[in-house]
Amino acid sequence: MFIVKFVFLHFVCLLQREREMALRNIMGKRVRIGLMGRRLLSTATCDVESGNSKSINLYSAINQALHVALETDPRAFVFGEDVSFGGVFRCTTGLADRFGKARVFNTPLCEQGIVGFGIGLAAMGNRAIAEIQFADYIYPAFDQIVNEAAKFRYRSGNQFNCGGLTIRAPYGAVGHGGHYHSQSPEAFFCHVPGIKVVIPRSPRQAKGLLLSCIRDPNPVVFFEPKWLYRLAVEEVPEHDYMLPLSEAEVIRQGSDITLVGWGAQLSIMEQACIEAEKDGISCELVDLKTLIPWDKETVEASVRKTGRVLISHEAPVTGGFGGEISASIVESCFLRLEAPVARVCGLDTPFPLVFEPFYMPTKNKILDAIKATVNY
Amino acid sequence: MANWVRISSRSIGNHIRKRMNQGFIGSAVDINKSSGSSSALHGGRTVCDRNRRYLNSLPWNRATLFWFQRFKSTVAEKQQDSFLSSDTDDDQLSLDFPGGKVSYTSDMNFISESSQTRVPCYRVLDDDGELIKDTDFQQVSKEAAVKMYSKMVNLQIMDTIFYEAQRQGRISFYLTSAGEEAINIASAAALTEQDIILPQYREPGVLLWRGFTLQEFADQCFGNKADYGKGRQMPIHYGSKKHNFFTISSPIATQLPQAAGIAYSLKMDNKKACVVSYIGDGGTSEGDFHAGLNFAAVMEAPVIFFCRNNGWAISTNVWEQFRSDGIVVKGRAYGIRSIRVDGNDALAVYTAVSAAREMAVNEQRPILIEALTYRVGHHSTSDDSTKYRQSDEIVYWKNARNPVNRFRNWVQSNGWWSDQQETQLRSSVRKQVIISLIGLDIHNLHFFSDT
Repeated sequence: MFIVKFVFLHFVCLLQREREMALRNIMGKRVRIGLMGRRLLSTATCDVESGNSKSINLYSAINQALHVALETDPRAFVFGEDVSFGGVFRCTTGLADRFGKARVFNTPLCEQGIVGFGIGLAAMGNRAIAEIQFADYIYPAFDQIVNEAAKFRYRSGNQFNCGGLTIRAPYGAVGHGGHYHSQSPEAFFCHVPGIKVVIPRSPRQAKGLLLSCIRDPNPVVFFEPKWLYRLAVEEVPEHDYMLPLSEAEVIRQGSDITLVGWGAQLSIMEQACIEAEKDGISCELVDLKTLIPWDKETVEASVRKTGRVLISHEAPVTGGFGGEISASIVESCFLRLEAPVARVCGLDTPFPLVFEPFYMPTKNKILDAIKATVNY
Repeated sequence: MANWVRISSRSIGNHIRKRMNQGFIGSAVDINKSSGSSSALHGGRTVCDRNRRYLNSLPWNRATLFWFQRFKSTVAEKQQDSFLSSDTDDDQLSLDFPGGKVSYTSDMNFISESSQTRVPCYRVLDDDGELIKDTDFQQVSKEAAVKMYSKMVNLQIMDTIFYEAQRQGRISFYLTSAGEEAINIASAAALTEQDIILPQYREPGVLLWRGFTLQEFADQCFGNKADYGKGRQMPIHYGSKKHNFFTISSPIATQLPQAAGIAYSLKMDNKKACVVSYIGDGGTSEGDFHAGLNFAAVMEAPVIFFCRNNGWAISTNVWEQFRSDGIVVKGRAYGIRSIRVDGNDALAVYTAVSAAREMAVNEQRPILIEALTYRVGHHSTSDDSTKYRQSDEIVYWKNARNPVNRFRNWVQSNGWWSDQQETQLRSSVRKQVIISLIGLDIHNLHFFSDT
């Protein structure tokens, strides 16, 4: 019994460290991980943008994006539960003081109201940036998102639209979140024509993508990996910049297998790629960034190059967005494929607390799948 | 009425009376002062006077009646301060909690689930269309009255013929507003073109009032090339940007929180306009009703929530829908001023909406109007309501409590309408409706020319 506990704890520690180290590499920049106050410098190369940039974490990058959004558009509003004092994750710090309570305000505790209200604001040509406190609580707003926001323009024959709506929500595992603070509900929304779903992997990506989402003429759901709010630190340009939506990015070149992922999971996949390299397997890593509409061309081009694909996401495997990517790749690249499409995802259970390390698609699970696929 | 006010503790009664006069609950309470804008209400008598007379005529403690005065105020008031401010002499008798001071009591009394009597219903015309004595209402000119009446007839005929068109297989679906013509037209008539409409689905009369043509209605029902909605939705899901009428969507009550957002935008832009959002009795059970009203109240948004309580949500009658005294009492739960009106009385609806609009725009607050009425028609062409209600009941409401006839009597009694005009109007509208339907079928057919 003691041995089991010891092994379990050791395993958990390994996983924590794995995530730490993974984060160090994913940015491709000089990165400092703060875990219990310790800072570790990676040996990855610096990639500083022209103009000023600062090393900041994810929530600061998002905060910057919101400041820019409100500064550049006098008809932009930020609202949601607890956003006024800065938000439970500090993403909205300073906004109410700077832009006033009429533009940055708390709402009652009612997600369907938050999104419905946001749709109304957006329908009048405003930029409505709504915050849902945790993606786990987005479901009461599902009707408003699916039946209203996604169909607003289409059903009116383009007489009306709510394109100015952006819904932000923290999603994903955080180590201790359990059922209701760890969910990845992106798959539910990927099934809805009429909205976009965007997930950044790092601070620099987050700022640029969020600004694009806010300025996109369609309603967008923007999931922020809460695990990365503090842990991910990166050089982020201080100016106003946008990153394109529906464009996937190859963040690691390779030739033997294509790995597709998004958000915090990419850092784990990167770790697996590095280990696979030691076994002589060259992995290509693709960050999807926008889940719908997703960049099929980039992924297909990569699969045509490598002949193998592995998809990884935290959400449970059954019905997860990996299934859509898999089916699509098989349709277009069937004869090129050397092995079945692999999916390394969360288990088909509610997100457990103490069993999180077993539930998660860990580096070793991914590594095993890479090897199995390459050796098929 | 709240029973707790009648408990033996004197301090409570005194406290309430004092608060009433200070505007504690936020009503414009000085009943001796007539509000400036109420002079807009015709008849030489202010609504204040009428209320005082009414209140004096009631048997129980006047202190319990402060809430009646809420709906009539058109004077802007600072409510939040009075709600949270402390009263120095009552410090010893009150408790301080987040949300403000409350008096305490040692008598444990539950607030009754219902008042002794139901909230009364405001009406101006009696069932025969005669003006009730000493009533106060917003006067309408001959031109306006005739226009209102004509549009009500338009709506009736359009409904009848389009319904038959569905039966004939010309369109796939239809739903009528039979019995609710007064609600549709009179509420629309009390608004301006700048006021934004978020309908449920039984308010085509509002669009009709604003000038949407019979052809445009038919186009949407056919889903043809001329449909503004580009043929994407079922019939009756009209939408018109030029008339500030947001496209109808089938899910119930989703428009209510959106109305709060739209109204907030109007508020930010300092527009002298409001949002009017319609909902049925059934729709008030939806979560979005709660969300919409609560948001509108907290955001202080100029929305009029207009509830058409027609007694039925498809086959579910109001007893199976809620156990409150209708919808009007729910307004208070959100801190929203509310009124109950006779929805089959065009003048009452017109007056109430006019007053509500003024309050919404000038005071930047939401208002709740419950209009009692009856759904004469089936829920839609997919429904046969005789399966769940008595035919006698339907016939009674259709004939004896008809809002169109009632208003016609009033208009005619003023000498503004005649039987001859009636016949002319009905046959003309009928012809136009048929052209809007048939005209499309024979569009582009050349009978005589070969080019």
